[in-house]
Amino acid sequence: MAYDKFSTIKTPAVPLPIENVDTDQIIPARFLKAVERKGFGDNLFRDWRYQKDGSPKTDFPLNNPKYSGKILVGGKNFGSGSSREHAAWAIYDYGFRVVVSSFFADIFKGNALNNGLLPVVVSPGFLQKIFDAIEKDPNTEFEVDLENQTFTILAGDESEQFEINPYKKHCLQNGLDDIDYLVEMKSQIVEFEKNKSCRFEAC
Amino acid sequence: MEAKTLFDKIWDAHVVKKVEGGPNVLYIDRHYIHEVTSPVAFLGLKTRGLKVFRPEKTTATPDHNVPTINQHLSITDELSRHQVEMLKKNCHEHGIVHHGLGTEGHGVVHIIGPEMGLTQPGMTIVCGDSHTSTHGAFGAIAFGIGTSEVEMVLASQCIMQPKPKKMRVTINGELGKGVTAKDIALYIISKISTSGGTGHFIEYAGSAITNLSMEGRMTLCNLSIESGARGGMIAPDETTFEYVKGRQFAPKDEEWETTLANWKELKSDKDAVFDTEYTFDAADIEPMITYGTNPGMGIGVTRPIPTTEGMEGSDKTTYLKSLQYMGYHEGDTMKGKPVDYVFLGSCTNGRIEDFRAFAAFVKGKKKAGSVTAWLVPGSKAVENQIKAEGIDKILVEAGFELRQPGCSACLAMNDDKIPEGKYSVSTSNRNFEGRQGPGARTLLASPLTAAATAVTGVISDPRELM
Ligand code: SF4
Repeated sequence: MAYDKFSTIKTPAVPLPIENVDTDQIIPARFLKAVERKGFGDNLFRDWRYQKDGSPKTDFPLNNPKYSGKILVGGKNFGSGSSREHAAWAIYDYGFRVVVSSFFADIFKGNALNNGLLPVVVSPGFLQKIFDAIEKDPNTEFEVDLENQTFTILAGDESEQFEINPYKKHCLQNGLDDIDYLVEMKSQIVEFEKNKSCRFEAC
Repeated sequence: MEAKTLFDKIWDAHVVKKVEGGPNVLYIDRHYIHEVTSPVAFLGLKTRGLKVFRPEKTTATPDHNVPTINQHLSITDELSRHQVEMLKKNCHEHGIVHHGLGTEGHGVVHIIGPEMGLTQPGMTIVCGDSHTSTHGAFGAIAFGIGTSEVEMVLASQCIMQPKPKKMRVTINGELGKGVTAKDIALYIISKISTSGGTGHFIEYAGSAITNLSMEGRMTLCNLSIESGARGGMIAPDETTFEYVKGRQFAPKDEEWETTLANWKELKSDKDAVFDTEYTFDAADIEPMITYGTNPGMGIGVTRPIPTTEGMEGSDKTTYLKSLQYMGYHEGDTMKGKPVDYVFLGSCTNGRIEDFRAFAAFVKGKKKAGSVTAWLVPGSKAVENQIKAEGIDKILVEAGFELRQPGCSACLAMNDDKIPEGKYSVSTSNRNFEGRQGPGARTLLASPLTAAATAVTGVISDPRELM
């Protein structure tokens, strides 16, 4: 799936100081019935965001007009649960480009990277500083510099380095995806199939 | 030669290429697809003008959306019907075998694969579904993937994956009466938490594991993902070979003999090193039940809900938020609390053995009037077997009825939704907020605990009624 190339962004952030945010909360199962990748942002955090009658829950951060920006800041163990890529699509479609947490579930992290959404892992202490900074001033800005792999709280000029696999970084910076890569190495895959030792599989 | 784990052996044999500074290109032997996570992948192929590279290595079935009554009628929910039809159409277009609703091969994707003998030791197996970890029970590397990766497999029979770390969880000793594979799994997750396995692939070992049936092993491996691990696996042994032998897609005759000899090598070397190790004693495991909104919030059914003593900050807030959702309080005893629904089914506990256990328990007893019970076989084959063994009669006599196969109330994408605020003792795998319907409150437990609860109407310890 094509996505926008990722370069440095400078933006405020939306805080979601809840732990173990699972993909069933990010996008509940009943919204997975689409056969196209469209409009998932509307149902992002559906049951936390809206009352049963469809009116917004005012105390939920996404509904609070004082918060804005392209960064979502979540509590630890973000994205646990189902493998639904719809979770990453919904966050991206809503307008976020970065999710920050001290800990991500594996599948979610992979899905995010495959869709131009950058998962940034920071230390628990730094995560708290980010929450504190937003609490102090919701308009405060953060800088995510993918090239230098830094996340900066601009107001306090505090920065932390984050890790990303060099291959994935290259993909994000250039808007490339793995499918192009794999399709290009087809002859190698065919060769592998020929030489594959049949030791473990009935061939 | 360097000592290798079972995981290393299978993984290394499937690496097509190591990308410089990046993941491995991993060859996939078996790919399962269902209606929810595949349509966008097929759409992607179309946009790129690609065909499915190895259609014979993919098997499809619709399971998440399907109704569990009146399956012979057209699906009433329009979006669900469209998704189910789309799967059929996509499979037809690309030459993929599709086991449609109502056919003999239909069922939850993780149930039909092993039943048909498509899941075999030593394979790499993926599906756009996190509970693909189930297939690790056969000594395979099996894990859930996202839709982009489904597209990768369709396009190239490969995915790009960094090699995970390795963990071994050893359970020694013998399980007590009324304690099942489900309880082992919930016990492990309660000990290592829902993120304890993150970044890892688990190998389960120890006498309590090797004594499990294949069904039990599938239940355990199924829940690996709930500890955050990519998957879990168990070295194949006679129990495994016995199960696979003679199934539709199992190797036959001479091929069986050579394959079997190879499968017998599938175990971790004695000196193999794991990045993380845990050891537990089977005797410490009780029938488990969850009280919160993630599978790590589980306790022995006779125990009180842990208090917040010693918790701080967001840990405490998150914990209390969870109890509030459940309508429970710190220190409450779980046993004796009323329950409205009981769900037997899902890729965790929707196999024939689960129905046998449930039926054996309720035989001669009666379902409590206050409980609505949904008994959903994991596949058509399970449903047929239930009928062949007369289990359906026992269930009917005890006041239960059998539904038709599908994921059902495990994730409530169809009509099987637990109403808001109601309590459901469920044999499935996730108790997240709203998992079984908006506002539903889910308590995860084994089929035995579910059966005990169904006949008493309150959370019960199966050991007291056996
Ligand atoms: S039964 Fe539940 S966990 Fe299993 S595949 Fe279906 S929805 Fe997923």
